[in-house]
Amino acid sequence: MLIKIRKSWEMRESDVTPEALFKNRRQFLKTGAAALAGGLVGGMLSRHAFAAWPGVGEMLGAVGKSKFDPGEELTPWDAVTSYNNFYEFGTDKADPVNTAQDFQTDPWTVEVAGACAKPGRYAFEDLMKPHPLEERIYRHRCVEAWSMVVPWLGVPLADVIKRLEPLGNAKYVAFETLFDPAQMPGQRRDVLAWPYREGLRMDEAMHPLTLLSVGVYGKTLPPQNGAPLRLVMPWKYGFKGIKSIVKITFVEGQPPTSWNMAARHEYGFYANVNPAVDHPRWSQAKERRIGEFRKRDTLPFNGYGDEVAALYADMDLSKFF
Amino acid sequence: MVISYRSAWWLVFALMASPLLWLMMLAYMGGLGANPIEFITRYLGDWALRSLLVALAATPLKIALGWTWPVRMRRMLGLWAFAYVALHVSDYIIIDQFFDWDAIVKDIIKRTYITVGMATFLILSSLALTSWNGAIKRLGAKTWKRLHRLVYLAGVLGCVHYFMMVKADTLPPAIHAGVLGGLLGIRVWHHLRSRSLDLVTHRRKS
Repeated sequence: MLIKIRKSWEMRESDVTPEALFKNRRQFLKTGAAALAGGLVGGMLSRHAFAAWPGVGEMLGAVGKSKFDPGEELTPWDAVTSYNNFYEFGTDKADPVNTAQDFQTDPWTVEVAGACAKPGRYAFEDLMKPHPLEERIYRHRCVEAWSMVVPWLGVPLADVIKRLEPLGNAKYVAFETLFDPAQMPGQRRDVLAWPYREGLRMDEAMHPLTLLSVGVYGKTLPPQNGAPLRLVMPWKYGFKGIKSIVKITFVEGQPPTSWNMAARHEYGFYANVNPAVDHPRWSQAKERRIGEFRKRDTLPFNGYGDEVAALYADMDLSKFF
Repeated sequence: MVISYRSAWWLVFALMASPLLWLMMLAYMGGLGANPIEFITRYLGDWALRSLLVALAATPLKIALGWTWPVRMRRMLGLWAFAYVALHVSDYIIIDQFFDWDAIVKDIIKRTYITVGMATFLILSSLALTSWNGAIKRLGAKTWKRLHRLVYLAGVLGCVHYFMMVKADTLPPAIHAGVLGGLLGIRVWHHLRSRSLDLVTHRRKS
């Protein structure tokens, strides 16, 4: 007998909104009537439709002990959620925790486009629901030479990509963050070319370490950490981990990426953590682990060389930095 | 309200000290955020540049508003600017790098913004060392004045240092540079105007 054990974040059948009502709601939104009716009705409907996915800051439930654990002390929750480079919410790392709290992530739609068999607009829940959540404790190395150890929750990006069935000419995956200056005050000035763009080569995107994260410390992602979904590639500098993703595009050529567009001699497309290749303005040889006084040595590929070095075997890493 | 010059001096002294007291209070209360070392470095750098701008405002205030008291206090103002710069550099050497001289020397040689910052520190050090009355006598008023004109260069280099270290958001350094430009602009304008006035009086005399 097959017994299905419901994961804590999965919906009960009884919680699922009847398809007709769901489609109705889509139609309702499409006609623009929602705008006329005001946020009240839309809000009620959306809360009803997505009641099963925990809200911002709520527990995602137990997912079992992480198979990925460097065995290093976790950076405390307070530091992980109050020290964030998320320029959409301000350029100071202390800004996002203050300016992002009213950020609306429900409902959330992710547009899938480009060279794949299943393009379309996916509700966040539909994109994520089929995949079991995992905890991944990863070292996080910022290009600014500080680091953390963060217990993320998410699903391997590879699992989601497989479901979207990329075509043979899909060599890269491009990602975009939401552009919404009304909610994201940092976007009211052109500090970067909005929307924020990132990209991965297909083999990087399919790598088992690449995580599409929806939570941290057992809870859904706080807005300042990139709610409701973001990328985490522990062997790359943090800016590659694009936050609040609204678009995934399968493309043939290397896609433009925001920091590379801002200063191409300082931020490469690959942005692999590399102590031997300095940022032109500062050394990358060492890093300050948040909470520690002395700097520690930075490891090649942030210590994940065994897993990922083969991806770049015949590349000059000082050229493709 | 009229206050004596002496009380005004102490009031300005206390104002110049307040960013430092605030930092100490934040440190005591645990309010320096997740990366206290970075916070202290940036905070001291910000106030080093700002106090230098305050010191550079004394003469423009006299030109624009006819106030003479800021000029009388400018030694104190300049020494506060030096104090913040010295704290900023000490913080970099002691707290940030923890006497890792190898890394520090490499930084100074390789990182242009640190080279520029260190040059600013050297300029302000030489001005602080010659800030006492005896130094004016020993150097001679003319040489001393020429030496102390380097403060303008220090202001420019301070802004360049700030511009070069930001990643993408150039607005904060641009605001500081704008203030510096305004202050230097008032001096240049005054200089040109008084020269042309001199010319007029000369002509009338002849």
